[in-house]
Amino acid sequence: MTQAAIELHNVNKWFDTFHVLKDINLSIQPGEKVVICGPSGSGKSTVVRCINRLEEHQKGTIRVDGVELNDDPQSVAAIRSEVGMVFQQFNLFPHLTVLENLTLGPIKARGLSKDEARAKAMHYLERVHIPEQADKRPAQLSGGQQQRVAIARSLCMEPKVLLFDEPTSALDPEMISEVLDVMVELAQEGMTMVVVTHEMGFARKVADQMVFMDAGEIVEQGSPEAFFGAPRSPRCQKFLSQILQH
Amino acid sequence: MKKYLIIFAPLVLLAGCSSSSTWGWYVINPMTPSGWINVKFLISGMWATILISVIAAVISIGLGLIVALPGLAASRGWRVLNRVYVELIRSIPLLPMLFWVFYGLPIIFREMGVNIPIDPFWGAIITLAISDSAFTAEIYRAGIQSIAKGQTEAAQTIGLNYIQTMRYVILPQAIRRILPPLANQFIYIVKMSAFASVIGMQELTRRANELVVTEYRPLEIYSLLILEYLVLVLIISAGVRWLERRMGSDERS
Ligand SMILES: Nc1ncnc2c1ncn2[C@@H]1O[C@H](COP(=O)(O)OP(=O)(O)OP(=O)(O)O)[C@@H](O)[C@H]1O
Ligand SMILES: [Mg+2]
Repeated sequence: MTQAAIELHNVNKWFDTFHVLKDINLSIQPGEKVVICGPSGSGKSTVVRCINRLEEHQKGTIRVDGVELNDDPQSVAAIRSEVGMVFQQFNLFPHLTVLENLTLGPIKARGLSKDEARAKAMHYLERVHIPEQADKRPAQLSGGQQQRVAIARSLCMEPKVLLFDEPTSALDPEMISEVLDVMVELAQEGMTMVVVTHEMGFARKVADQMVFMDAGEIVEQGSPEAFFGAPRSPRCQKFLSQILQH
Repeated sequence: MKKYLIIFAPLVLLAGCSSSSTWGWYVINPMTPSGWINVKFLISGMWATILISVIAAVISIGLGLIVALPGLAASRGWRVLNRVYVELIRSIPLLPMLFWVFYGLPIIFREMGVNIPIDPFWGAIITLAISDSAFTAEIYRAGIQSIAKGQTEAAQTIGLNYIQTMRYVILPQAIRRILPPLANQFIYIVKMSAFASVIGMQELTRRANELVVTEYRPLEIYSLLILEYLVLVLIISAGVRWLERRMGSDERS
């Protein structure tokens, strides 16, 4: 077996006294796509945010590409350089153009020249199908376009892993598919992905591993066939029946 | 324009009293040779007032940012440091602080074996800058806090470090919330710079005081002094309003 891309071992986290993550164990192989779902407040975002240290875990270990995440700023920097993240609210930089949004990281954090960064940015804008928007401000784009820019911005850092926290939840229904299409393409190209989403069609199509969380615990975990075909826990059954009704 | 007329009306009225024998506007009447010398003497303090205020403001703008950043840190220790500085500096009246810097600080320097003389010019600037920095620090803090947390997180996930995040992502967005109140704060510095007169700085107020001693015409001379500050502050206010309009129109684009 090759080295896992991401390895969570007995991860626990508290917000003050609130035990938000309880003994989370998760192993993700390179190229694998993991979809995390579960009711609101179950800790999905927190798991994903712990992987790139936007939140700190208090117990257990998290390894990304073999590097353990701890208080050492170098380990945090090393892991962040391998892990990209796409947020529910896009979090594009509103004062910069689309192109500047994409080149900022490569120029400042990676030390690329302006021309190299520009070429890279245009390459990834083409991959998300909006090269013609390069000189606009984020506010001039539709939600779906903004999220695709955010995906391109992450790709410009050439991460080994991409984290998505409900990337389509803030979008109008007619724009969801343009973002999901890009994500499916990425998945087919072999990107390692951890996706928090309730888009079960997407999950069926790309997931190698399904994770269901409730109240800070992983309640059910397995292949999509087993997960959708015969969920074992009642909580997961109830969740799936609710979500698949829509 | 009407507003300005209303402001200046009382002064015009005062000048109208010049016919009465108890008034002595002649001391600052620029039409007479001696009056013109006095007026020139008073107005020549303007440069010192402006210079002190501008240098103090520049220092305060830098110092305020340095003070504000620990106030935004995640760790409690840094935040306490920020609070102690801001609360302490905010509660010291300007005049005692000026005396402490001008008369006290040189003694500390001497004890430390360094010879840094503090003249009225730098004594006034240091005091004004430190006193003002508590306020500019709070302006920065509020401005930076108004930028959503998601911006910092996005910057972190594309590998920017703390300074790069501030420099390229947070401050350029916060600046439109920060600049107008900072410019307003400059008015405070200009007004407070009058205190520099008590340590012998030859600025507007000091000049007026000295002329009052020789001419003994306090009402007329101090009226002109107030007019001088009024003109200065009105010019700065106009600048602030221009800045606010510009920043506001940026936001809409
Ligand atoms: N910074 C914080 N401080 C305190 N509690 C928090 C914080 N962030 C999240 N929580 C709490 O932790 C729990 C898990 O939050 P999390 O955002 O991980 O849930 P989620 O599964 O992503 O939910 P949603 O579907 O609503 O996004 C929630 O009860 C939330 O209120
Ligand atoms: Mg969430």
